[in-house]
Amino acid sequence: MRAPVANPGRGRPLAVLAALAALPLIALVPGVNANYWMHNFILVVMWSIIGMSWNLLSGYCGQVSFGHAAFFGIGAYTAGLLYAKLGLSAWWGMLASVPVVGAAALLVGFICLRLRGPFFALSTIAIGVILRIVAENLVGFTGGDQGIMIRERTWVEKTWYFYIILAVAAATFWFVDRLVASRLGYYFVAIREDQDAAESLGIDTTRYKTIALVLSAVICGLAGAFYTSYMGYIDPKVVFALHDVSVMAIMVVMVGGVATRWGPAIGAVIMILLAEIIRTIPKVGTAHHTLFGVLLIVVIIFLPNGVVGDAGALRRLLRIRRPS
Amino acid sequence: MNPAKIEVLLQTLISGLLLGGLYALIGLGMTIIMGVMKIINLAHGELMMVGMYIAYVLFAWLHLDPYLSILVAAPLLFLLGAIIQKYLVNPVLKVDAILPENQVILTVGIGMVLANLATMIFKSDYRTAPVDYATKAWYLSDIWKGSPIELSLSYPWSVSFLFAVVITAGLWFFLSRTDMGKSIRATAQDKDAALLMGVNVERMRMFTFGLGSALVGAAGCLFLPIYYLYPDVGGQFTLTGFVITILGGLGSTFGAIIGGLVLGVFESLTATYVGMGWAPVGRFVVFVLVLVFVPGGVASLLRRRRFGK
Repeated sequence: MRAPVANPGRGRPLAVLAALAALPLIALVPGVNANYWMHNFILVVMWSIIGMSWNLLSGYCGQVSFGHAAFFGIGAYTAGLLYAKLGLSAWWGMLASVPVVGAAALLVGFICLRLRGPFFALSTIAIGVILRIVAENLVGFTGGDQGIMIRERTWVEKTWYFYIILAVAAATFWFVDRLVASRLGYYFVAIREDQDAAESLGIDTTRYKTIALVLSAVICGLAGAFYTSYMGYIDPKVVFALHDVSVMAIMVVMVGGVATRWGPAIGAVIMILLAEIIRTIPKVGTAHHTLFGVLLIVVIIFLPNGVVGDAGALRRLLRIRRPS
Repeated sequence: MNPAKIEVLLQTLISGLLLGGLYALIGLGMTIIMGVMKIINLAHGELMMVGMYIAYVLFAWLHLDPYLSILVAAPLLFLLGAIIQKYLVNPVLKVDAILPENQVILTVGIGMVLANLATMIFKSDYRTAPVDYATKAWYLSDIWKGSPIELSLSYPWSVSFLFAVVITAGLWFFLSRTDMGKSIRATAQDKDAALLMGVNVERMRMFTFGLGSALVGAAGCLFLPIYYLYPDVGGQFTLTGFVITILGGLGSTFGAIIGGLVLGVFESLTATYVGMGWAPVGRFVVFVLVLVFVPGGVASLLRRRRFGK
């Protein structure tokens, strides 16, 4: 059995936060397209939130989800519909998404948490796909394939978007950190390691799995609601995407390190940078799913615990290579 | 009910059964891999997509009939499946990781690569194989002149269905009557006991993954005359296969056949009475209902009949 918390106490969250908060200063650096970099920073922070959300449910509690796009999409559509139907600012979506996504997650949990392991994983895919199809077909309510367009942007500049998502990320990081170190966190890990043993020790596994699912979903929904306000446009194919949201969430954590504190953040940096690099290389751009897929396969075979989890192995690997 | 309504209902049921027969073939491939490997192969639909493209290329270049290309596609897919199992899935089974679902995530990666490679080679255009019998059909009124209702039976759909039935029967014969089939079933039942009885479990796993891929590759060839083809076509069939596996009971071959037929009929009914776009939702409604009310699927119902009372 592994230690429930990898490297407790290591890494200095406040120092990292301060460094991140200074990132908008990039606008002062001459010759740098600050807007472009801010966009990437925002995406990295957003993906690390989604990664932390996935890590909570799947990394710590062991319930691998292939359907985080469902929660991301519900969050995004909550914000979008508030704007389109009620004329409210899409920012209210970040508040409204909490009860909406939470309720949806309870329902999903009631159905899917009856299943274990890979079967739970697959049932969550189904949830994501159902929601996409529903959003595409309920044209009167969601606007169907046309999606929802937020016509007025809150800010032209990206600095404030960055600080908002950074605040959400910092809160999430703190929350997950505390949660994992608490009694609840130990229950989660116990369920992951051996559900039957956990059950026999008197842990109400269904209840705790549901708690993990709802918390994870709400965090992911927040990222979704932010996405609507930030991007200003959503449609079912984008926010309920299987590969570009659900699998991307898995990749961020798998690459960074499953059930590690910094894994999702580091995974998000690697994945977003990689996506940008691949996109800018001419002719290779269309192959980005192939490269991601190959990366995923390589990581699973050689670094099953991600860059953070297998840091020791990675270091050894590099050290052996150096003299030759 | 007036004759027109009965006509629509019967026609819907017929097309549902035909579709279900093909679904059963997809589900069978998934369920035997599931039974032996204890993993869900999420690249299943993508393997089917590869089968469809093989049949498509043979049709476009050599004008080979999609039904004949089964003879090419199935062995190729068998090889592909065996290679995936030996060089990708097998190493991961031995890796020590926190999440045992690594293998499932691995198959997602494989599926992504296959779909993306297909996009690069064939572009994301929709393609069809315009076989000359595509629109042919048999009509009830041709056989029974005074029939009060008119029913039609599409030629390619029926032929595909018959092929599916023949392949399924062949698979059943293989699994129940041959030594190799028995070894596969033994591995599925209890891998350690099978190993002690002298079954080469590693080889059986490789063979089963190949067989499952070959089955779904054949299903791809059967779908080509009646369906359109694009690189991302696989995803929906992976999900279909999975729903059938759940519906039929995990790892149960007979359950998969029943599950496929039930799902086909249900989807067809949804498409007729609710709307075309909602057919995939119908699929998942069945899935959710089964999970809530019959968690063991058809297989558990059968077992209860046999051993109950």
